[in-house]
Amino acid sequence: MTLLPSAPPPKKLGLVIDLDVCVGCHACVISCKEWNTGGYGSALSDQDPYGADVTGTFLNRIHTFEIVPEGGEIVGEAGDARIVHFPKSCLHCDDAPCVTVCPTGASYKREEDGIVLVDEDKCIGCGLCAWSCAYGAREMDLAAGVMKKCTLCVDRIYNETLAEVDRVPSCVRTCPANARHYGDLSDPGSNVSILVAERGGFDLMPEQGTRPVNKYLPPRPRDRLADKAMPLAENSDGAKGFFAWLDGVLDRI
Amino acid sequence: MRFESRVALSEPVGDEVRKTTCYMCACRCGIDVHLKDGKIRYIEGNRDHPVNRGVLCAKGSAGIMQHYSPARLRAPLLRTGPRGSGEFKEISWDEALKLAVEWLDPVRQADPKKLAFFTGRDQSQSLTGFWAQQFGTPNYAAHGGFCSVNMAAAGIMTIGGAFWEFGAPDWDRTKLFVMFGVAEDHDSNPIKMGIAKLKKRGARFVSVNPVRTGYSAVADNWIGIRPGTDGLLILSVVHELLKARRIDVDYLVRYSNAPWLVIDAPGEADHGLFARDGDGNALIYETVTEQVVPVGRQGARPSLSGRVQLPDGRHAVPSFTLLAEKYLDKQYAPEAVAESTGVSAETIRGLAAEIGRVAFDEAIVVDQPWTDMNGQRHDGFVGRPVSFHAMRGLSAHSNGFQTVRALHMLQVLIGAVDCPGGFRFEPPYPKPVAAHPSPHGKAEHFGSNKPLSGPHLGFPRGPEDLLVDEDGKPLRIDKAFSWDAPISAHGMMHMVIANAHAGDPYPIDVLFLYMANMAWNSSMNTAGVIKMLEDKDEATGEYRIPKIIYSDAYASEMVNYADLVLPDTTYLERHDCISLLDRPISEPDAVQDAIRWPVVKPDRDVRAFQTVLLDLGARLKLPGFVDHRGKALYEDYADYIVRHERRPGIGPLAGFRGSDGDRTGRGAINKDQLKRYIENGSFFSAHIPLEAQFYKHANRAYQDFAVKMGFFDTPQPVTFQLYQETLQKFRLSAEGVRAPLAPEAHRQRILDTFDPLPDWYQPFEEAAVSAGDFPYHAITQRPAAMYHSWGSMNAWLRQIHTKNVLYVPGQICDAQGLVDGDWAWVISHHGRIKVPVARMEALNANTMWTWNAIGKRGGAWALDRDAPEAQKGFLMNHLIHELLPPRGDGLRWSNSDPVTGQAAWYDLRVRIEKAEPGAVSEPHFADAERPGQPPTVPAELRYGQEWAK
Repeated sequence: MTLLPSAPPPKKLGLVIDLDVCVGCHACVISCKEWNTGGYGSALSDQDPYGADVTGTFLNRIHTFEIVPEGGEIVGEAGDARIVHFPKSCLHCDDAPCVTVCPTGASYKREEDGIVLVDEDKCIGCGLCAWSCAYGAREMDLAAGVMKKCTLCVDRIYNETLAEVDRVPSCVRTCPANARHYGDLSDPGSNVSILVAERGGFDLMPEQGTRPVNKYLPPRPRDRLADKAMPLAENSDGAKGFFAWLDGVLDRI
Repeated sequence: MRFESRVALSEPVGDEVRKTTCYMCACRCGIDVHLKDGKIRYIEGNRDHPVNRGVLCAKGSAGIMQHYSPARLRAPLLRTGPRGSGEFKEISWDEALKLAVEWLDPVRQADPKKLAFFTGRDQSQSLTGFWAQQFGTPNYAAHGGFCSVNMAAAGIMTIGGAFWEFGAPDWDRTKLFVMFGVAEDHDSNPIKMGIAKLKKRGARFVSVNPVRTGYSAVADNWIGIRPGTDGLLILSVVHELLKARRIDVDYLVRYSNAPWLVIDAPGEADHGLFARDGDGNALIYETVTEQVVPVGRQGARPSLSGRVQLPDGRHAVPSFTLLAEKYLDKQYAPEAVAESTGVSAETIRGLAAEIGRVAFDEAIVVDQPWTDMNGQRHDGFVGRPVSFHAMRGLSAHSNGFQTVRALHMLQVLIGAVDCPGGFRFEPPYPKPVAAHPSPHGKAEHFGSNKPLSGPHLGFPRGPEDLLVDEDGKPLRIDKAFSWDAPISAHGMMHMVIANAHAGDPYPIDVLFLYMANMAWNSSMNTAGVIKMLEDKDEATGEYRIPKIIYSDAYASEMVNYADLVLPDTTYLERHDCISLLDRPISEPDAVQDAIRWPVVKPDRDVRAFQTVLLDLGARLKLPGFVDHRGKALYEDYADYIVRHERRPGIGPLAGFRGSDGDRTGRGAINKDQLKRYIENGSFFSAHIPLEAQFYKHANRAYQDFAVKMGFFDTPQPVTFQLYQETLQKFRLSAEGVRAPLAPEAHRQRILDTFDPLPDWYQPFEEAAVSAGDFPYHAITQRPAAMYHSWGSMNAWLRQIHTKNVLYVPGQICDAQGLVDGDWAWVISHHGRIKVPVARMEALNANTMWTWNAIGKRGGAWALDRDAPEAQKGFLMNHLIHELLPPRGDGLRWSNSDPVTGQAAWYDLRVRIEKAEPGAVSEPHFADAERPGQPPTVPAELRYGQEWAK
């Protein structure tokens, strides 16, 4: 097994994902793929890329599902079915079971910022970490035989060859709907902490006890159009009343 | 155990960044292409680019896989086996171009209309149209007829612009945004960025769409309307707003034709037309002097109601009187339309209430003095912060033109066109119909060996401008601008193959297509179209469509039906211009255009189609392509972009003109223009002065700016045409009282559908088939991660949509005993398909749907024959016929909007029956052989492995 850092990292870098605006466009999924397939560690391979059984390594995926609220939920009225697009990548948990389960020390959590990474030189591809991850956020690369996972674009966020504004994960930089936010969740004054506080950001599956760093923002409250009513005009019947009103308005212009 | 950082954190991304313009869809975002070791390392959004401000969608990021796709063609191909066999031989470009000239030159000499040149997802229409015009054929159009011409035509004829490329919501100020019929759109990144802004500000986003995918998924309110009834919903909202007096009377008087007097003389040739003075100016009734005066007279106070006597003794009423009487009628009351639309009366009322409340109770003012076209000074711009957007869901119906007109009427009634917080025009729009050409293609417009006398496409002002012969028969191969579809402003590409095959109105010699997958997802009745392409004349043994030239970058389904294939480059290997003469990328506050340039070199024998077209033009010695000695005028497309002038000083690009590159809009040729664009990130942007940014249709400063920029040579203000006189002219022809008279067979149809005020009528297919036999609707939605058939072969994107299923409402599933994974037959009047199904609740209860253009023909696009796209994926196209069912009048009517000819894809009516489980969807076609040299298709991709750290 592998140890987690003995003290809480001074920073908890992570993502805040806004489910109120994610339209499921997959921009983050593909941007992640193209950045990371030529970046940290081995390439993100695709098997049978033009064939029947196409499959590939993606560090970030979107799960799309339908819910039909029974009423009272923040997401909508009873019976008002809706589609949820749920982006999911490694949540860089404080209590990351994928680290402690690793038999070789390949899987580790960085002391300085809490990012969970895999040292591919040490990874034997046993798959225990993927098995232990409650979120299914790890992917075995079939070509390399090593475990791949979200690095929070560690080779971007500290990359001094990039303009400062670009030192964010690829998925955050590309998201057209501004649904992805990056920052230090241990700092209550950070942009991401403020978002979490203001919008009621929540942990994914807190009952798992993994204490994920990444947070999700719920949909904003909505109200029904059917409850809106137009103030009635005086003499609202028929064309005659309308034209009388119109003449009055024209006189005032 | 404890570890130090083992990661190289500060590696440069690549060796070089080249900024160009994306072409993974029609959004045209700026991209930074990072190159490493001569390969594409990474593509990201250009932060400086006004369209996408740094963001990029899935398609854009997958450009790497598009560029390195094994589906790419590698050299010109000449067909050697029968059509469809995929048997070709590779030939040289010189051979290919000589052959094309051998086919085209005799056509030009003998009868240029025997060439039909149609382009698909073309972004160089100002060049392709010019080429066709100089060739002399009347048979040219791009793909707007099967895409969204209803949107463009209804918009331009009503407000002088339309959604998407002509304008955008004022994302920074709007407080209520209502979107109709959009799952995903061409304007994909700006819409996502805009929705995020709205949500952050707490503005309301309402989506009207039968299916709750895409943007509808995050809408604050989703209205799951029944397809084809949006017009009724909109007119019911108008009814409510009129009843509640929630209209902007001042705006209507100033900017619309509401006060214009309409002649009331039933049975006469000018009944329903505007009363005009001797100079053609519309007349209004002035209430102070109680006189009929021409519109525009200083200080006049027009009346909007009542019946007045004209100087010639006849009577007339302000058009607004007709409008108000029509929509105040209780047939448009929410209760009256609730059942048809599938939207509750309470929801319709609530929508109207919110529109009215936000427009009037939350009005905003931008404190910027400005002057209108009458010279009147205003202290600020009043804003009605309600904005709308709409696309295919409204336009792809046979009542789409009228429905889009209804939406624009609603915008004008609340004063929300080009105001702060409303829908705002993007230059060079607004542009009134008067500033558009009328179509050219009459017999006197063309002939042997000479150019067409004017542009092909435009707006007929009345029946007199139709392209028909003396018997009223169509003159164009697609029958555009005929009585079939008088205002088919973008042509009718979906009718070309059927008409050419039938020799109706005449046979053609050469069909020349660019980027249009007509043998698959871009045609209705796909199997029928394939047969037409393969069909031979029994007497001569020759194909009924004798010669087909096709240009595409990829081995699409269409390639195998071509006789000569001209392989195009990818978007990263070419020059292009995104031109104000064509399909602009301006923003409401800025005039913009852009270029592409070869950021990587082709590794194969392919050429950019535009350069090939210039070469063909020169070989054919077309005027405008050769000088007086017959020498080519342009070296290639890049040279054309810089040196071509449409009018003196006006060329494809507006930026960096003049010999020093300091002129904008109008200016001399600048030989360094492309260099300047590249240095600027491959785009150009010029801000509109503050006082010219709103009310552009009537803003003196904007109109002066537009003239200075060269959009127009004189100011072209727009008066919004709520009442559309051109439509009434067609009605008078159909009534038989105004020449030219409509042919008998067309009369009833025109009378039923050409209402000069926005109207709703039942979509044609729904009206033609029995509701018992075909009780449901079936539609497609555009996925965000793919653009039509492009992208389906992309190794990364196809992992998002590897196959499509038919989503069926829960109650239909229950009625039919269908559960996820079952197979079902979906049956229309035209055909049946067998498809896998999945249950869904978030959709209109009478509507089933699937993703657009995922289904592939086995073997096409360099995918394996057993790829899921080809095995289980399917097209809805097999259910849709290009003609409506026979109705006993001996005629077969096009399955199109009767005004514009827009293909009515979403009129489809179906029933569904459970089927035996299957392995493949039906119909299933024989696999396509790979054209030309088979590509090397890797069994595994490890893109970027050589850069692994």
